[in-house]
Amino acid sequence: MNIIVCVKQVPDTFEVKIDPETKRIVREGVESVINPYDNYAIEEAVRIRERFGGKVTAISMGPPQAEKALREAVAMGVDDTLLLTDREFAGSDTLATSYILSCGIRKLKDFDVIVCGRETLDGSTGQVGPEIAYHLGIPYITYVSKVIDISAGSIHCVRLMEDHYEEVRTKTPVLITVIKEINQPRIPSLKGMLKAKKAVVSMCRCCEMDGEKCNYGQEGSPTRVVDVWTEQMQKDGKKFEGEPEDLAGILLNELKNLGVV
Amino acid sequence: MAMIKISHDKCTLCGTCIKECPFDAIEIKDDKLYINENCTLCGLCVKVCPEGALEKEEKAAPRTDLNHYRGIWFFAESREGKLTPVAFEMLSGALKLKESLGEEVSGVVIGSGTEGFAAELGSRGADKVYIIDDESLAHFQEEAYALAMAGLIEKYLPSIVIAGATMMGRAFIPSVAAMVRTGLTADCTGIDIDPGTRLLLQTRPTFGGNLMARIVCRNHRPQMSTIRPKIFDEAPVSRDSKAEVVNEPFDPSAVKNRVEFCGRQKVENMVDLQESEVIVSGGRGMKEPKNFALIKELADALGGAVGASRAAVDAGWMPYPHQVGQTGKTVKPKIYIACGISGAIQHLAGMQTSDYIIAINKDPEAPIFRVANLGIVGDVFEILPALTRKIKEKNS
Ligand SMILES: Cc1cc2nc3c(=O)[nH]c(=O)nc-3n(C[C@H](O)[C@H](O)[C@H](O)COP(=O)(O)OP(=O)(O)OC[C@H]3O[C@@H](n4cnc5c(N)ncnc54)[C@H](O)[C@@H]3O)c2cc1C
Ligand SMILES: Nc1ncnc2c1ncn2[C@@H]1O[C@H](COP(=O)(O)O)[C@@H](O)[C@H]1O
Repeated sequence: MNIIVCVKQVPDTFEVKIDPETKRIVREGVESVINPYDNYAIEEAVRIRERFGGKVTAISMGPPQAEKALREAVAMGVDDTLLLTDREFAGSDTLATSYILSCGIRKLKDFDVIVCGRETLDGSTGQVGPEIAYHLGIPYITYVSKVIDISAGSIHCVRLMEDHYEEVRTKTPVLITVIKEINQPRIPSLKGMLKAKKAVVSMCRCCEMDGEKCNYGQEGSPTRVVDVWTEQMQKDGKKFEGEPEDLAGILLNELKNLGVV
Repeated sequence: MAMIKISHDKCTLCGTCIKECPFDAIEIKDDKLYINENCTLCGLCVKVCPEGALEKEEKAAPRTDLNHYRGIWFFAESREGKLTPVAFEMLSGALKLKESLGEEVSGVVIGSGTEGFAAELGSRGADKVYIIDDESLAHFQEEAYALAMAGLIEKYLPSIVIAGATMMGRAFIPSVAAMVRTGLTADCTGIDIDPGTRLLLQTRPTFGGNLMARIVCRNHRPQMSTIRPKIFDEAPVSRDSKAEVVNEPFDPSAVKNRVEFCGRQKVENMVDLQESEVIVSGGRGMKEPKNFALIKELADALGGAVGASRAAVDAGWMPYPHQVGQTGKTVKPKIYIACGISGAIQHLAGMQTSDYIIAINKDPEAPIFRVANLGIVGDVFEILPALTRKIKEKNS
């Protein structure tokens, strides 16, 4: 079975803080990491291989340094990697990104299952997965919480909806997007890390793909960011300290005022 | 290729843009400003440059037929034979756009057993309702719903399409956008019409909630966005007006052999957090799983639902569907009560737009107090039982 996992490198926003004085993003020391949700995707891809056999290829579109994220994927058990990198790709929105990734995936030819994260930390649209599936003309299932079985050209899994889970089945090739509940990503083993160190990440430029250039980068992106700003969410609320009994009284009063008691 | 153009003669290398760039994309190389591969063309540098030395070069051929697209559409989400509150919220958002744009507001209903939906949407102000009712659509499936919606769009050419950023909306609207080859802005927290260009201005948080971005879709139609639940109030039943109804057929053979529904697993006590008016959430400060009973009791006393921080979910104290925050759900209840939650940015991203926030935390410096309307510095184990008791006394 050929399994593909889509991995994006993102700035670690866990570290990103807003400087209250300047209202600027404090970026010092912010590192790039694998999009946290994609760790679940990588883990699931590797588990699918462990259960059903085959090979896992991690693919990413991004600047040359995204190579590091792919290496980390190797450390987690991915067999092969492909980085789509070209200045022409800059400014891609989700439609263009998914198009470029689908061209890269086509180059890999045979695939049975594509695994994506639920969303990215920076964009957090969750759009890229479904849009890749569209470009490839394959079915997709979002918010998968469990892969029950993959056999005889068919996949059976559980997906989360707002207030319940659903079991669904479809034929492969398929694209799934996975949620955090699906697994606990492994810590890379020493052997994995050694392998990652030696791994050669194949790079693929725009001219090596069959896609139409007008669909790449900003040209292929219908949406434009016209403004960005930071928003202070500071609310000058009231703050109380004191005896628990009094504090509970204050709360009760406020809840009365709000009309819920 | 589109890019940020630097006028080196104007640039004083003051470094403002370097500091402001959220993507680390600007550096000084050989005494000159240089924009590297990290650039996403967000344009923040253009805005902050005191010298006007940066400029965003736009390219992309305009499409010629934009004027054929008219009308504001919203997806009227339904579940188990009922329109969801989010359907009425989207209607309300669409009506708001109508005030500036003056175009017709139409709802799109997809499903099976949709009798009465059109009348309900009409009485709340929709001008028209497109209905695709077919047995094969009884259970939500991304592709089937996307095909149904895309077919309608291609036939009737609306200029704007909005949908709730619910799991359903986020699951199928992206393929609709890809099918009709247009842009889609996810998870908007605000929409407006630019009075000059009459374009849809879409506001959304990015970068883990740290940055706000305004996005437009200039040369493609429709302009599409998913919008977070609870941003708009539900459109009220106001008039005895009626919506014009357009029934459209659906050909299920198009999605034959695609994703097939095989059953539902209802989960005990699994509430739809996004639809709760009151949410009482617990974090690591609750210390032990059994202490979540205190949260549950207060939630019950207030007729609300239980939420949790990621720390509490990761510890296994609450199941994942209760998680509030960037990796969990985005909620906007009338009242959000955070108990023993520090207020990490990822948690705030999921609840900071709640109407009224109460925080109970024993650390007076906890960041949660910065977004709280009412902050209580104290021990949850003392305050929660006292409060629940007082509420019960009051109610009995
Ligand atoms: C990629 C990513 C995504 C994330 N997504 C989410 C998300 O979706 N949702 C989310 O919540 N987090 C998320 N996080 C985690 C987030 O950064 C924090 O780690 C988490 O929110 C902390 O949870 P907490 O506030 O419950 O725990 P802590 O930060 O440990 O805070 C516990 C608080 O309880 C208080 N406390 C302790 N004892 C008491 C007592 N007896 N009485 C009163 N107060 C007490 C303490 O003062 C402290 O402020 C994410 C992190 C990353 C990196
Ligand atoms: N540049 C990229 N390279 C590889 N995979 C990506 C990229 N962008 C998005 N993805 C995949 O698509 C998912 C959803 O991303 P997004 O739509 O940006 O929230 C991610 O979790 C990844 O699996």
